[in-house]
Amino acid sequence: MTTNFTRRGVLKTGAIAGAGVALPTIFTSRANAYTNEPTGDTVTLGFNVPQTGPYADEGADELRAYELAVEHLNGTGADNGMLETFSSKSLTGQGILGKRVEYVTGDTQTKSDAARASARSMIEKDGAIMITGGSSSGVAVAVQALCQEAGVIFMAGLTHANDTTGKDKRANGFRHFFNSYMSGAALAPVLANAYGTDRNAYYLTADYNWGYTTEEAISSATEAMGWTTVNKVKTPLGAGDFSSYITPVLQSDADTLVLVHYGGDMVNSLTNAVQFGLREAQKNGKDFQIVVPLFSRLMARGAGENIKGIFGSTNWHWSLPDAGSQAFVRSFGTKYGFPPSQAAHTCYVQALLYADAVERAGSFEPCAVVAALEGFEFDGLGNGPTLYRAADHQCFKDVLVVKGKENPQSEFDLLEIVEITPVEQVTYPPDHPQFAGGELGACNNGA
Amino acid sequence: MLGLSRKDTSFLLIVIFLTLATPLLLQPFPEDSALAQFNAGYPDLMQRFAIFGIFAIGFNILFGLTGYLSFGHAAFLGVGSYSAVWMFKLLTMNVIPALILAVIVSGLFALLIGYVSLRRSGIYFSILTLAFAQMMFALAYSVLTPITGGETGLQLSLNDPRILGVSQTPEGNIPVPHLFGLEMRDSVQWAVGGWEFTFNAGYYFCAVIAILVFYLSMRIFRSPFGMMLRAVKTNQTRMNYTGLNPRPYTLAAFVISGMYAGLAGGLMAAMDPLAGAERMQWTASGEVVLMTILGGAGTLMGPVLGAGFIKYFENIFSKINDNVLHAWFAFLPDGLEDVVVAIIHPFVGKGWHLTLGILFMLVVIFLPGGLVEGYRRLTRAFRRTPRPDPRRDPEHHPGPVPHVGE
Amino acid sequence: MASMADMGGGAAIGRRLINVGIGLAVFVGVWMLLRLIGVSSSGIVLQVLNGLEKGSAYALIALGLTLIFGTLGVVNFAHGALFMLGAFVAVTFNGLVGLSYEEVDPTRTDFLGNPAVIQTPYVEAWFGEAAGQWMIDWSVPLSILIAVPFMALVGLVMERGLIKYFYKRPHADQILVTFGLAIVLQEIVKAIYGANPIPTPAPDAFQGSFDFGVWLGFDANTILYPYWRLVYFLFAAVIIAGVFAFLRYTTFGMVVRAGMADRETVGLLGINIDRRFTIMFAIAAVVAGLAGVMYAPILSPNYHMGMDFLVLSFVVVVVGGMGSLAGAVAAGLILGILQSFASMTEVLELVPGINQIIIYLVAIIILLTRPRGLMGRKGVMEE
Repeated sequence: MTTNFTRRGVLKTGAIAGAGVALPTIFTSRANAYTNEPTGDTVTLGFNVPQTGPYADEGADELRAYELAVEHLNGTGADNGMLETFSSKSLTGQGILGKRVEYVTGDTQTKSDAARASARSMIEKDGAIMITGGSSSGVAVAVQALCQEAGVIFMAGLTHANDTTGKDKRANGFRHFFNSYMSGAALAPVLANAYGTDRNAYYLTADYNWGYTTEEAISSATEAMGWTTVNKVKTPLGAGDFSSYITPVLQSDADTLVLVHYGGDMVNSLTNAVQFGLREAQKNGKDFQIVVPLFSRLMARGAGENIKGIFGSTNWHWSLPDAGSQAFVRSFGTKYGFPPSQAAHTCYVQALLYADAVERAGSFEPCAVVAALEGFEFDGLGNGPTLYRAADHQCFKDVLVVKGKENPQSEFDLLEIVEITPVEQVTYPPDHPQFAGGELGACNNGA
Repeated sequence: MLGLSRKDTSFLLIVIFLTLATPLLLQPFPEDSALAQFNAGYPDLMQRFAIFGIFAIGFNILFGLTGYLSFGHAAFLGVGSYSAVWMFKLLTMNVIPALILAVIVSGLFALLIGYVSLRRSGIYFSILTLAFAQMMFALAYSVLTPITGGETGLQLSLNDPRILGVSQTPEGNIPVPHLFGLEMRDSVQWAVGGWEFTFNAGYYFCAVIAILVFYLSMRIFRSPFGMMLRAVKTNQTRMNYTGLNPRPYTLAAFVISGMYAGLAGGLMAAMDPLAGAERMQWTASGEVVLMTILGGAGTLMGPVLGAGFIKYFENIFSKINDNVLHAWFAFLPDGLEDVVVAIIHPFVGKGWHLTLGILFMLVVIFLPGGLVEGYRRLTRAFRRTPRPDPRRDPEHHPGPVPHVGE
Repeated sequence: MASMADMGGGAAIGRRLINVGIGLAVFVGVWMLLRLIGVSSSGIVLQVLNGLEKGSAYALIALGLTLIFGTLGVVNFAHGALFMLGAFVAVTFNGLVGLSYEEVDPTRTDFLGNPAVIQTPYVEAWFGEAAGQWMIDWSVPLSILIAVPFMALVGLVMERGLIKYFYKRPHADQILVTFGLAIVLQEIVKAIYGANPIPTPAPDAFQGSFDFGVWLGFDANTILYPYWRLVYFLFAAVIIAGVFAFLRYTTFGMVVRAGMADRETVGLLGINIDRRFTIMFAIAAVVAGLAGVMYAPILSPNYHMGMDFLVLSFVVVVVGGMGSLAGAVAAGLILGILQSFASMTEVLELVPGINQIIIYLVAIIILLTRPRGLMGRKGVMEE
């Protein structure tokens, strides 16, 4: 199996046959109907994930999921995973539109520059027709803009900030993962239920775009439930030791701490908060509580004991009982020996959704794929009935509210599902103020 | 020619030839061969070679000549990028005004930071520049988000005002950077035999600029001003005693190299109109230091080689995954294939950092003086004339290199 | 301004007193300022404690860095990696004592529905449940026993195998080779442990907080501070005092100090300074490693923690003044405390984003007002 057999191979063959070796044939990049039109019997997808840097573990899990998806699409896997449960039956295990799926990989390094360089190399060098992956919103937004410009489809990986399908949305970009607003809308009622409606919340927020949108989403959702926001403090990325941000919390009249952190920062700030005794503390006659809006199992492992009993939200969890989730967990677990993370799930699903859209559109042409994905309703991919909304290319589906498990049965059994928030509760109008300021524009077929 | 000695002229001509022929030279393997993975002749990477070459050439004017080791040069690159993108947003998508603004703004920043930092020397100077750059990075990433785009980076949008130009193309897309109508992403592809070559407008634009600034740096190296800078490096005290004040010279060198960095940053934005804050982080500053040392500090060509070396690894080695490895070694028997793949696996793909780290160590251990030194040893080996000439390369090397802080 | 090292007798003491006076005045001024913008006294005390704890980590790393600078004249970019290695010694030991044998328990099932596997730690099987539990609980402090010889060995191998060939090479080459080494060490750790942080808890006895405020005359429960962080601060103080005493009161230390001042002369006296420098390198590695071991419960270790600390440690070393051990310690504590002050809400409301840049801002101010940092010697790393 070679990844280099791209459209160029065919152009070259034509060149030799038509003109002989001595006579060069000149092609311009405008010779194709759209960027990287696959003309051979294979099609190349670009998997752009963090392989170095703080999110390398998420990236590795995403890559595993993509490899599994490629096996399922090509019909070479041990089973067919979610193809069996997916409500759309266009995918046959014969590749995409009869073309065998091949892939190239790249390293985003979780830096917007490096991610774009990597994506450009996949598009320019390897002839990738679609780019997918990533584990942070900065990278997702940057690569999405690049794909729009280059005229290929971008299927976002793990990206949670509102901006990805809000002010920075693009016609060629699609997000299956949930977002900050949905976290707020799902978490707030559960929190009000568990901790009461009379709470004073203190926010420690990562000082960059994702932090801003998540802080806004959670605070406005909880304030609507009757909570009061005492303070919002921005913390630098990679602060390491959060003690100097934690100690003022105890001195304020807050009785709830919301940690708007992700990755290593979340592990550190939560660990610090527990060390400073916040979980045993009493304030305003109530037990002090900590909330982490965005959970992931890989992060939960880093926090160890400290995660127990803490509420958060997540896109998906391997313990979900529906047939789609179970099928995916079975394929993934059999191949790799451990259950998939939510990053793996969203990436796997995105790959399938893209392939399915191409089948239904009957073409790899980006604008046709966009049309096929817009307004697409499906089921059987793990989150219940789901809609890819045409107005902003965001998936609308149930959201999970989870809690750190008190008595884990295994090293993977760290989160328990508290509530599956129905999709109606997390749906918002496309012009919601938290998503204002951008427009999709027109789809771009590129050259 | 052009005020250069005969040897320098031929050196420059070689550099011009190599630069213009890059799309051919970096595509040595036929498209369907297994080794095509190592081809680097695609627009993005070629542009990066040229741009980081410019960055490193500029850095070398400061570090190679004066010995002042700036650990914050990436800040000027970032400033250049932000200025260029703002020019695209507000004025026009033509790259010329963007580049001019990038050079001017980065020059101003360099003047300010250089003026303050050059009050100290040695490692104190390094830490001052590092501190300024880190402050700029931290602020750009967080509180300055409205100006810099923060984490996401500053990017174009569909409703930028753009005085001389349109906000959107008729098809509803964001217009692309161009040089008087020639779009930077336009390419001509040429298929011959099993090979395919891509000639990209953006790359040639970068290449022409790179040649111009390379020529400029050559002139600086050979000028009385360059001699003065070397004097700063060799012995500043002695220079003071002779009644010469080194500060204006070092400051000039600092500003010039800052403007080179700004130009590189502007070009990055012109090739790909997004400016991310990470390009100002200390790791980015460290990268140009490594490029220069790896290639050979104080030599004309070394920094360019170093830049190419690091960028090649970052972009080519990181893309070799197990799948590719299996394809390469498919001819081996199954068991052996798996063993070979398992041995190579840690060094490619997600392990490209490891390979780079090992190569840093190997180069500096076995090739003191950097890649240029390796090239010299090669040519000497081919000539089979072991000349123990102390001035092996009078053109490109300012002589023995006592470094910062010694 | 002449630095203190080249001054003798009463003048030096006088100058030192003046400097300490300036320092105290600045501290009191900052305190008043914070009170003025509405921070409570207990809030300030807490931030001082935070700063001391953070600063002692900086100081420990910077101490080793400056030792290597001073004795060997080497810019060691791999020093952060030594700190990281120390933390991973704790992680590894924690993992080793937790190593378990597996038994299939047919009554329970795992995530795929197969029979579950129950794990029992070997140490519990070997030493009995109580002793085994104790070892697991106390794994972090116990791993010091392993970290000391291990880090000394790493230091020896690094110095003998690599660094010693770079004494006469330009600093640029030293930066490149040690940076390469740091990447290699990082990547090896990443290949074994992955990129995500690994929780390494402190012993149960040190969980929870200590009411520090009562000692200082505050009301009960106003200044609670976690035990482990106090332990870390005390530990750092002991190590720093130990290194100082070693250099001051032993012949070995005296020779090394002489070597720092004038290497060639000491060499001419027939003293094998090289061997002593090797030992100094090993000591610096052990100090960095121990700083890492004890830091593991505070920050779950990850493979890039060394790089994160490296830049700050360089700033600390330079602000302290090249070649000055006391300067490095003082700068570490000062920067740690100021960083804590800058992260208070009241301060952030006045100057948004100050928490992001305070260390660098202070570094610039100090370097511009004092040419060689707080206590730097003239001529070290200045050219």
